[in-house]
Amino acid sequence: MKKRIDHYAADVTGGRMSRREFMGRAAALGVSASVASGILANAAYAQDPQKGGHLKMGLGGGESSNSLDPALTLSQAPYNVIAQIGETLAEVDFDGGLTPRVAEEISSTPDAKVWSFKIRDGIQFHDGSTLSAEDVLKTMQRHSDEKATSGALGLMKGIESMRAEGDLFEVTLHEPNADLPYLMTDPHLRIQPGGGIENPASGIMSGPYRIVVNEPGVRHMMERFEDYWDDSRGHFDSTEVLVINDPTARISALQSGQVDMANLIGPKLADLLDRAPGMVLERTQGRGQNVFVMMVDTAPFDNNDLRLALKYAVDREDMVDKILRGYGTVGNDIPVNATYPLFDGSLPQREFDLEKAAEHYKKSGHDGRPIILRVSDVAFPGAVEAAQLYQQTARQAGIPLELKREPGDGYWSEVWNKQPFCASYWSGRPTQDQMYSTAYLSSADWNDTRFDNEKFDKLLLEARATLNDEKRTEIYNQMGMIVRDEGGLIMPMFNDFLDARSERIAGWRPHPNADMMNHSAAVFCWMA
Amino acid sequence: MHPVVILIAQRIALGVLLLFATSILIFVGTLILPGDVAQAILGQSATPQSLANLREEMGLNDPAWQRYFQWLRGVLQGDLGSSLSNQRDIATQIGARLGNTLFLAFWAALVAVPLAIFLGLLAVRYRDRWPDKLISGFTLASISLPEFFLGYVLIYFFAVKWRWFPSVSTIYDSMSFWQKLDAIVLPAAVLTLVILAHMMRMTRAAILNVMQSAYVETAELKGLTTFDVIRKHAFPNAIAPVVNVVMLNLAYLVVGVVVVEVVFVYPGMGQYLVDHVSKRDVPVVQACGLIFAAVYIGLNMIADIVSILANPRLRHPR
Repeated sequence: MKKRIDHYAADVTGGRMSRREFMGRAAALGVSASVASGILANAAYAQDPQKGGHLKMGLGGGESSNSLDPALTLSQAPYNVIAQIGETLAEVDFDGGLTPRVAEEISSTPDAKVWSFKIRDGIQFHDGSTLSAEDVLKTMQRHSDEKATSGALGLMKGIESMRAEGDLFEVTLHEPNADLPYLMTDPHLRIQPGGGIENPASGIMSGPYRIVVNEPGVRHMMERFEDYWDDSRGHFDSTEVLVINDPTARISALQSGQVDMANLIGPKLADLLDRAPGMVLERTQGRGQNVFVMMVDTAPFDNNDLRLALKYAVDREDMVDKILRGYGTVGNDIPVNATYPLFDGSLPQREFDLEKAAEHYKKSGHDGRPIILRVSDVAFPGAVEAAQLYQQTARQAGIPLELKREPGDGYWSEVWNKQPFCASYWSGRPTQDQMYSTAYLSSADWNDTRFDNEKFDKLLLEARATLNDEKRTEIYNQMGMIVRDEGGLIMPMFNDFLDARSERIAGWRPHPNADMMNHSAAVFCWMA
Repeated sequence: MHPVVILIAQRIALGVLLLFATSILIFVGTLILPGDVAQAILGQSATPQSLANLREEMGLNDPAWQRYFQWLRGVLQGDLGSSLSNQRDIATQIGARLGNTLFLAFWAALVAVPLAIFLGLLAVRYRDRWPDKLISGFTLASISLPEFFLGYVLIYFFAVKWRWFPSVSTIYDSMSFWQKLDAIVLPAAVLTLVILAHMMRMTRAAILNVMQSAYVETAELKGLTTFDVIRKHAFPNAIAPVVNVVMLNLAYLVVGVVVVEVVFVYPGMGQYLVDHVSKRDVPVVQACGLIFAAVYIGLNMIADIVSILANPRLRHPR
């Protein structure tokens, strides 16, 4: 029987049998659905990648104002393009670990203050020139100098000096940081010839595909770069990113066979898609989070009892069910979850507890004035509905929560990080350190909760200087506890990444970092 | 000089003045919107330093009036400038987008205008009988449904169910003419359905109005068939209001189809404008606004001129 199932599985990965048919036959042989899909997944991994074919991706999140300059990349379509045409020093792998890419070896002094990257020999840029440590240095300089406009500028602040010598690129830090290699995985930091100083948006980089057509907001065409150094990636002859911002249009394009992959599938559509033949819904537990943020330095949120009352008054399970339709996991008022490395999960889960909420609310001595939560559709999908659910449960605990709807246009510049209590979202970061230092360190640029806790800051710096994983896990645990019980973050839920692909695409694996296999589906997948 | 020529010259001068006014309005409008291009580009990941750097680089620190006049000077010299958000030349970008928009508008109009007028004539011919009611009912239903809904319905049947036409209408240079035509069948069909009713109803009403006159009665009495009466005597006299409504709808086909563009992923002007409004990319918004205003003003002017030319009393003023 095992042999027969394996045979069927090979048929599916070879495109000779539909997934649905396979599940049916497996059931007929008395194999449970979960076991059967496991067999299928293994068959897909085990299969050798096939070269060739043309991949069409229908992606939301692209505008005609997009640039090929990696420093300015902000939305999904350009992320997916630069992930195909460019490479970073290292990247986060499917288990959350680190894979060296442009750097062959990464090492540090024992105090984690000086890091050196040995640049891989024989990597070529698409213009035929050879990638050198000098290019790496210039790239990093462009993203970190005084005049930089890069989205990665915030990450680069801890760097004291950089230098290139032979095939070595060396970074010296102000403070020790055991996670520095992870910083170098930032998608903005793709290596460009001459650092891209001359022509940042040329699209000439060192990735497995090279750009052929660049029509921002419409489509991007890529061709396999024949001189790419790693044969295990970039299997398609050519790939195409079609920008399709309308969710329904994206799904119809997939259904009608015009594209082979689509991203940003809303939970409502996901249910429909899961039952449709010929298509696979790819669900990835990730780090994206839908949150409500309070500024802890602004009344009335400077009162920890009030914050706790607001935290206890969220029915997280209900929100995951109703807002995410089950495609997500409950949050615990910390910005990290089990998908992060060095996370031990021993923190107690915050429960929905109206009695405790009422108790803390009473203890806070709040004068009963309405507490205003600002919200908009752009904060996260379903933000307004989530806020309404929240308002109802808060009222049950006697908390006078009021909603104020803000226009989506300008929400990120006028409301978020300006108003004391609003809805927002965060995408994940590769490490806990980065997540915490981006938004919870007292000096962080995007400290949207205005969190300022001396002990927390000290622990964060201590963890950075610690190379022992066990010890760091313990420190992160303590830090999580502080944020959970004293911070301004109300964290109802982590949303799953939902992508869809046609059954003809093989080699898909979920990646914890971001959707579309960390924007690299075109790099890893192949045509079955 | 012939009074018609003077009239046309006046209209054109007025149109140019209107364009100026529009450009100021658009500029002020984009200033009022919250946030600026630097913030929009860097989004949630902006730091104060990178914001300041980007603003400096884009010249956003100059006073607003100075930026406006800089832009105006460029435009008068035929230079639309380049986009702030991706440094691409606006004229080339808009050239391609405008070409796409006109391509779609042209084919939609080519089907819709004759069809609407023909259906209007048919409705008058069979006034108050079942063909009239059927035509009115169908066109009114199609104009009452929102255009995105019509789009989804067509996609569901023609693209997903039967796979006759593609649901994604992205067109690009390397496509052949027939491939392009195949790609735009569905959006052109939606646009046709949307503008059909307006033009058809207007044709019907205008002709019915004329049908009350004495000379139509004379024509009937001398034995012409109903259709000939309509074609030869009623329609030429009803042409002014029909041209007016046709021009309004043509203008809509160029400037108002952003929803259809989004649903069918068509790379036209509407989508281009919306993307750049959300990025606060003022030069692009200005350029698009200018073109849209010019199209609108131009088509209305043509409508005016045609109705003057169609009316002997206006054509030969005493």
